[in-house]
Amino acid sequence: MTAEMISTLAHFIAEEILRQPNREIAATEPLISSGLIDSLSLMDLALFVEDTFGVRIEDTELNADTFDSLEALAALIQRKQGQ
Amino acid sequence: MSTFFDALRNHYERHPEKTAIWLQIARRADTPITYRRLLENAHAYAQAYAARGIQPGEVVILILQHGEALLAAFWGAVLHGAIPSILPFLTEKLSPQRYKKDLTALIGVTRPAAIVTYPEFAPVVQEALTPNDSVRAVLLPAETPPPSPPDFSRLAGRLRQPEDIVLLQHSSGTTGLQKGVALSHRAVFNQLQAYSEAIRLDRARDVIVSWLPLYHDMGLIASFLLPVLEGVPLVLMSPFDWVRAPYRLLQAVSHYRGTLTWMPNFAYMFCAQKIRDRHLEGVDLSSWRAVINCSEPVRPESHQVFYERFQPYGLRYTALQTSYAMAENTFAVTQSDLSRPPVLDAIQRTAFLTQHRAIPAEDESDRLVMMSSGRPIANTRVRIVDDQGRDVPPRTVGEIAIRSNCMLTGYYNRPDLTEKAFLDGWYLTGDYGYMVDGELFVCGRKKEIIIVGGKNIYPQDIESLVYEVPGTHPGRAVAFGIDDPHTGTEEVVVVAESDNPDPTFRQNLALAIQQHVSKNAPITLRRVLIVDRQWIIKTSSGKPARTANKAKYLAHQG
Repeated sequence: MTAEMISTLAHFIAEEILRQPNREIAATEPLISSGLIDSLSLMDLALFVEDTFGVRIEDTELNADTFDSLEALAALIQRKQGQ
Repeated sequence: MSTFFDALRNHYERHPEKTAIWLQIARRADTPITYRRLLENAHAYAQAYAARGIQPGEVVILILQHGEALLAAFWGAVLHGAIPSILPFLTEKLSPQRYKKDLTALIGVTRPAAIVTYPEFAPVVQEALTPNDSVRAVLLPAETPPPSPPDFSRLAGRLRQPEDIVLLQHSSGTTGLQKGVALSHRAVFNQLQAYSEAIRLDRARDVIVSWLPLYHDMGLIASFLLPVLEGVPLVLMSPFDWVRAPYRLLQAVSHYRGTLTWMPNFAYMFCAQKIRDRHLEGVDLSSWRAVINCSEPVRPESHQVFYERFQPYGLRYTALQTSYAMAENTFAVTQSDLSRPPVLDAIQRTAFLTQHRAIPAEDESDRLVMMSSGRPIANTRVRIVDDQGRDVPPRTVGEIAIRSNCMLTGYYNRPDLTEKAFLDGWYLTGDYGYMVDGELFVCGRKKEIIIVGGKNIYPQDIESLVYEVPGTHPGRAVAFGIDDPHTGTEEVVVVAESDNPDPTFRQNLALAIQQHVSKNAPITLRRVLIVDRQWIIKTSSGKPARTANKAKYLAHQG
């Protein structure tokens, strides 16, 4: 379940945000603090998560302190789904 | 009014309880800041500067996040007669090492007497200091005395003269930080007077709403100094909050009946594409009389997309306007006529590309639609010149040269750069454009600068970063910008040569370049192409030719 979610997120980030479909992103790779996802792309990720997983990431959660890896993002989504 | 000090005193004495700024911070209630509160807070900083021995006329660098401390530290410097310069704050992705290096270089050129910053950031600032540099104080907001009423008859800022430098503006990156644009009180007031006329500023009714950072001319001049000095209320949000929730801008316009906003072209696309309907419930944009597109190339498609998205919420088509501006002219050079949409000019694409002439289009298949940036504001003259500095006829593309009474005093402590920027009293902008019936159409750049989301990026800075990555070779990489119609701005591209043909090696090299540049530059680098030796076209002096390599890259990408 988690693996599937991580793979869905990784696919979206590589394809739509980085525009490099072949780019592999490790589950623990820093996303925000590394500059991989820049501030202008954070909204795209938030909108995708909302449409795909049915949970909302608040704008005040769009920072490296809340999630900085696919693993942490998946955990955040699952926490929200469980609520 | 002859100095900032006089203007502040006037507001403080005439209407201390008038709200100067509505400060917005995500998750907090908006803070109304009256002139009394603004200047009493500022007074605390003026006292702190004096106590630390900062002299009027010395530079104070402000490295503070969006918030009341930044506002107070800025106006406090003015009250004390010191010269404030706001720098970008370190973002979470930017390497602290790079930031320190750039700051050290900036201190070397600008020679500030003090730096104001937050406790969390003070260690980075301390490490950027070097023995015998000019910095005598690193001041934290908590070290200022409590706010108190300013005594205007005693504060050192009262002695500043209109021709004295009042502030410095820097653009980003290693190169940009070396060029602090120094502006005098007089230059800023001359700009505000001419620009207020151009936008028909209505001091009784206008409300300015902004998300722009204050370290940039559009944010600092149009969306901070203009409202505060002219007595027009300002609703100020953080760029950090806006980029995560662009709907805040529209909600603020609706709530405060905002009338004027400035933003770069990409922001039109960003707002149109990334706001959900649920965030627009009850939003009424009918008060917005001008949303002024400025600081990167203006695109009619972006206006169209923005209009279609927000027209159902009361946005008027005539509200979408344009301006051509630069820090060297304080801010605006031109402004479109607010009573009608900006002038569009359909020209022949082929003649434009091959002869650099803007000839009215005849058929659909060979057409390019240009959008005017408006007419020169009253105090600024514009000429279009060829490479010999001679005027060219209307509809001929040339370099835009300007002359006004609101020009920079100089690049601070860089007389060499200042001298190079002028030709017989005319400032050469490095931008290409043409004029028709008094309207200026900006259509390209002579200077090698990439503008990403309104931020100026110097390609040589990006190339220097590329050479720091193992596996690259100095002189064998090139950086340039390409248009991205979807985002409405430019995207940075790096092409680097490698002698190693192995695809895995090349993939890893591209990745390493992306990561290193993104960590050390104010942009995220996505497009890297690794090519064989001698792919990159060089100029006769052996430097990578950016325009030619861009054309080659675009052909390569198909």
